[in-house]
Amino acid sequence: MAQPRARSIVCNLMATLIILGTAFPACASLGGDTASIQADQTHMQGTRTTKSAGAYEVHEIQAATGTVVEEYLSQDGKVFAVAWHGPRLPDLRQLLGGYFEQYRAAAQSPSGMRMVHKPIMIALPGLVVQIGGHIGAFSGRAYVPETLPAGVRAEDIQ
Amino acid sequence: MRDIRIFVTLTASLICAFLIACGGGSSSSTTPNTIASTGSNVAPIAVNGGPTGEYADAAFASVTVCVPGTSNCQTIDGVLVDTGSFGLRILSSALTTVSLPQQKASDGNAVAECLTFLASYTWGPVQTADVQIAGEKASSVPIQVLSDTDFTAPSSCTSSGFQSADTIDTLGANGILGVGLAAQDCGSPCLASYDQYYECPSSGCVATGNETLAQQVVNPVAMFATDNNGVIVELPAVSSGGEPSVSGSLVFGIGTQSNNGLGSTTVYTAPEGSFTTTYDGQSYPGSFIDSGSNGYFFLDSSLTGLTSCGNSSIAPGFYCPANTTSFKATNQGNNAASGTVSFSIADAETLFANQGDSAFGNLGGVSSNSAPFYFDWGLPFFFGRNVFVAIVGASTPGGTGPYWAY
Repeated sequence: MAQPRARSIVCNLMATLIILGTAFPACASLGGDTASIQADQTHMQGTRTTKSAGAYEVHEIQAATGTVVEEYLSQDGKVFAVAWHGPRLPDLRQLLGGYFEQYRAAAQSPSGMRMVHKPIMIALPGLVVQIGGHIGAFSGRAYVPETLPAGVRAEDIQ
Repeated sequence: MRDIRIFVTLTASLICAFLIACGGGSSSSTTPNTIASTGSNVAPIAVNGGPTGEYADAAFASVTVCVPGTSNCQTIDGVLVDTGSFGLRILSSALTTVSLPQQKASDGNAVAECLTFLASYTWGPVQTADVQIAGEKASSVPIQVLSDTDFTAPSSCTSSGFQSADTIDTLGANGILGVGLAAQDCGSPCLASYDQYYECPSSGCVATGNETLAQQVVNPVAMFATDNNGVIVELPAVSSGGEPSVSGSLVFGIGTQSNNGLGSTTVYTAPEGSFTTTYDGQSYPGSFIDSGSNGYFFLDSSLTGLTSCGNSSIAPGFYCPANTTSFKATNQGNNAASGTVSFSIADAETLFANQGDSAFGNLGGVSSNSAPFYFDWGLPFFFGRNVFVAIVGASTPGGTGPYWAY
């Protein structure tokens, strides 16, 4: 649990640098805070709208590529889930941040005995990532099950 | 070779006629589909394990590429037939006897491409080739040559986290023949900033926002001199337990020859590359037909009632029902045309366990665990029916593409 906090501080610092126009890689949103959402918006050259859903807020970023990214922010200011849909995949290295390498390792590990092209369904103890669709229309979501606010179900993230 | 194939096809047709229904019920019709076997617009295809023997439910063709304007050519077999992508991609490692010219940007830098598929991406230089398939030819076609080593994939290409599919081991094929609904593999978005086409100076590849439509990797069918408005994928029905290999045809053109008419098929228009599938009273827009998907991927366990195979099983992501289960769903095009599809899903672990089999008529899996739910009518959908794919903007007797018809 210490790690997300440390990352949050780094995120804030990096977000500040980005606002100052420094070409630093932006920090992640999953596990991040409101500053990291701002960093994502900047990275995606997007516009943002916010709506409240009771126990959390959904920050919707319309990226320049036409893809829509939704970031789910808990009342204590942490992004516990992200979802996306549109013609392009978002930059998942950016969006998953500290969770990216864990996700990438799972996405690239051989599974099954046949070569197939099919949707991605990753369910690790501390990370769920699902990606579907086809060229020109991707959709997906990622969340950290342990950090879902009370009363929030996985199917609420879409 | 051709005579033997005709004989086999005729024999199979006769056997089918006697048995009334051939196999796994992948078609709602009991009349076997007619598969074209002769003509300059007919290329043989086969559903088998592919060059590495590992594929399930994938169709392969042979494609000849030539240095433009010369007779310096190489025929590449084991090329995946994919109606879900657009353009020809060949492994660099498979191009052993021809060296194709590199596409260059106006400043002289080499152009490379990163194309994100679902769960993998292809990376490598854009080169130019004359392309021949069956009797059809297209001149100076931009194609993608797949290579991790000619240029280093930049961070914006690897940010999907997906595996690159640029080697025989990771692609399982010698290339991809993208013959889907679109002509270019990007279109107008790549005239603006989009992380797909790159210029590669010695300092490293950077995204370019000015890859014109004519420079983009293009569906070679759209550049054929004739029979260029679309394709038909024709595969026979398969037996319910699976088969080692089945043979069919990739036919070029729609309504341009005596062997590629629409007949009594129904046209389902798909202006955004998708149509609506309705199942159990629920409509799922964003559904699509894709020969490059290796199963019926639809909904999830809660909506289908089908058990998922375990994550550590030999078929993760697929359905493993205790009993083979039948489904009926209705497809509807943007033109309001609709029709019912019947299909069955069997235990994928049982199917895969028979290692000699590669063609499965009732293989299915989960498409999504959350909204948006959708149907991906993958290769099993093609068994026992001829599926027409009309290219966007192309004129056909069934109207202007894009549409699917079957």
